[in-house]
Amino acid sequence: MGDGGRVAAGLRAYGLIAWMWTRSTMAYRASFAMTALASFAVTALDFVAILLMFSRVDALGGWPLAEIGVLYGLSGVAFGLADLAVGSMERLGQRVRDGTLDTLLVRPAPVLAQLGADRFAPRRIGRVAQGALVLGWSLAAVDVAWTPAKVLLVPVALAGGAVIFGAVFVAGASFQFLAQDAAEVQNAFTYGGTTLLQYPPAVFAAELVRGVTFVLPLAFVNWVPASYLLGRPYPLDLPPWAAFASPLVAAVCCALAGLAWRAGLRSYRSTGS
Amino acid sequence: MAAERLYLAVAAGGFRRYATYRAATAAGVFTNTVFGLILVYTYLALWDERPHLGGYDQAQAVTYVWVGQALLSTLAIGGGGVEGELMERIRSGDIAVDLYRPADLQMWWLAADLGRALFQLLGRGVAPFVFGAVFFPVALPGEPGRWAAFLAAVLLGMVVGYGIRFLVALSAFWLLDGAGVAQMAWIAGLFCSGLLLPLNVFPGALGEVVRLLPWSSLLQGPADVLLGEADAAGVLVFQAGWAVVLLAAGRLAQRAATRRVVVQGG
Repeated sequence: MGDGGRVAAGLRAYGLIAWMWTRSTMAYRASFAMTALASFAVTALDFVAILLMFSRVDALGGWPLAEIGVLYGLSGVAFGLADLAVGSMERLGQRVRDGTLDTLLVRPAPVLAQLGADRFAPRRIGRVAQGALVLGWSLAAVDVAWTPAKVLLVPVALAGGAVIFGAVFVAGASFQFLAQDAAEVQNAFTYGGTTLLQYPPAVFAAELVRGVTFVLPLAFVNWVPASYLLGRPYPLDLPPWAAFASPLVAAVCCALAGLAWRAGLRSYRSTGS
Repeated sequence: MAAERLYLAVAAGGFRRYATYRAATAAGVFTNTVFGLILVYTYLALWDERPHLGGYDQAQAVTYVWVGQALLSTLAIGGGGVEGELMERIRSGDIAVDLYRPADLQMWWLAADLGRALFQLLGRGVAPFVFGAVFFPVALPGEPGRWAAFLAAVLLGMVVGYGIRFLVALSAFWLLDGAGVAQMAWIAGLFCSGLLLPLNVFPGALGEVVRLLPWSSLLQGPADVLLGEADAAGVLVFQAGWAVVLLAAGRLAQRAATRRVVVQGG
């Protein structure tokens, strides 16, 4: 089987498992509605904090509310999509501890696909919806001279951003092969990352912005594209095409996360009980 | 005397139980430090825009962030205390074993939660706080009396936090699955404790109302004592009042639950 065949098999397995979990969730419709609403509300809390801040100020780091809303929306939707697709992978450490990962290893489907779709949670759509709501409102509210390139940039940034966050989830899960109890470290990059991206880059120290641009390139989820979209200078010197580089950065992230995943899976030793 | 020794042993057990997971604790310290770092920069931008917002200067706002990161897991503001386990025991019916013990249910779990909280404070809270104090300009008091008052406020915060979460856990006697209630309590805690944003930054009447709710005992109260922004005695009396009310309500709920509700299982 070639590489293409393996990817297709993985996607098929992912789709089947995710569909099974969706059907199982939909057996309890009221519970689904409530948990989706809760997911929406928990995420909305972050935006409520921003609204409360703006009840006292007119701008943050020089950015008005609508422009912060663009940052928030892009980051929220991208993170929400990644969380929906592979967010369950943060439970890998648990599976390593209790030995249930072995069950996945003997099944005739790629482990990554099985684990990504494991306990697929449709309620996480609440997070995506909340981000999309803020994004829609803020895109309508900002004062931007729309060009075809700028219109195209929105879906490009969302797709690239979702894949970048997805790669962070996979890399984080790979790390859990090594540090089983230390699963929480991942939260600093996933939930911490999306919190960081809700605020303008100008707010943060230059070293932090450099790290988030060149080392862990979360900046390509929204900071870099949104700076171009809104005509604001990015604190670092980047070429103008960088705004459209999110898919490229996402591809590199995926390759690195894939290597980390293989290394992690190879180093796996079963608890053996 | 024997009862005190028992609860002390339960508390020590709670402490040791959490102390076992060193890697998890280190991971928690790292995560709290990263979140503190992000929040500090956003608060600095906010106070840059509006100096003396809510009566804090920049150093006080920065200190507030690190107090929040130190108390987040200590007071289980975002969940993670004993309530999850207690709820699971009610759902599975194991609670019957707890009720059989020659010890009071509420006091037993209070002792366990205090042990947990004390470990989280020392193991998980101190390190991010020291990091913040070393790398950022903070406003810390010089007089030992204010520190003592702060620690007393944190201790009372632990009791108030438990009082709320015990009630949340007992809801499982009636609802069986308390996940929804726990989630709502979690959202209310993040919002009303001042973790999301200091309560004195909240606009108008909203700010005044949230300050009267029990959650303000968790973060806003202790932080204001440390920052010298509130009368320490007033905060401690407010916290003690809520602690008494919540524990009494918990006692009533416990009595109602054990009398009227049939335990699951068997």
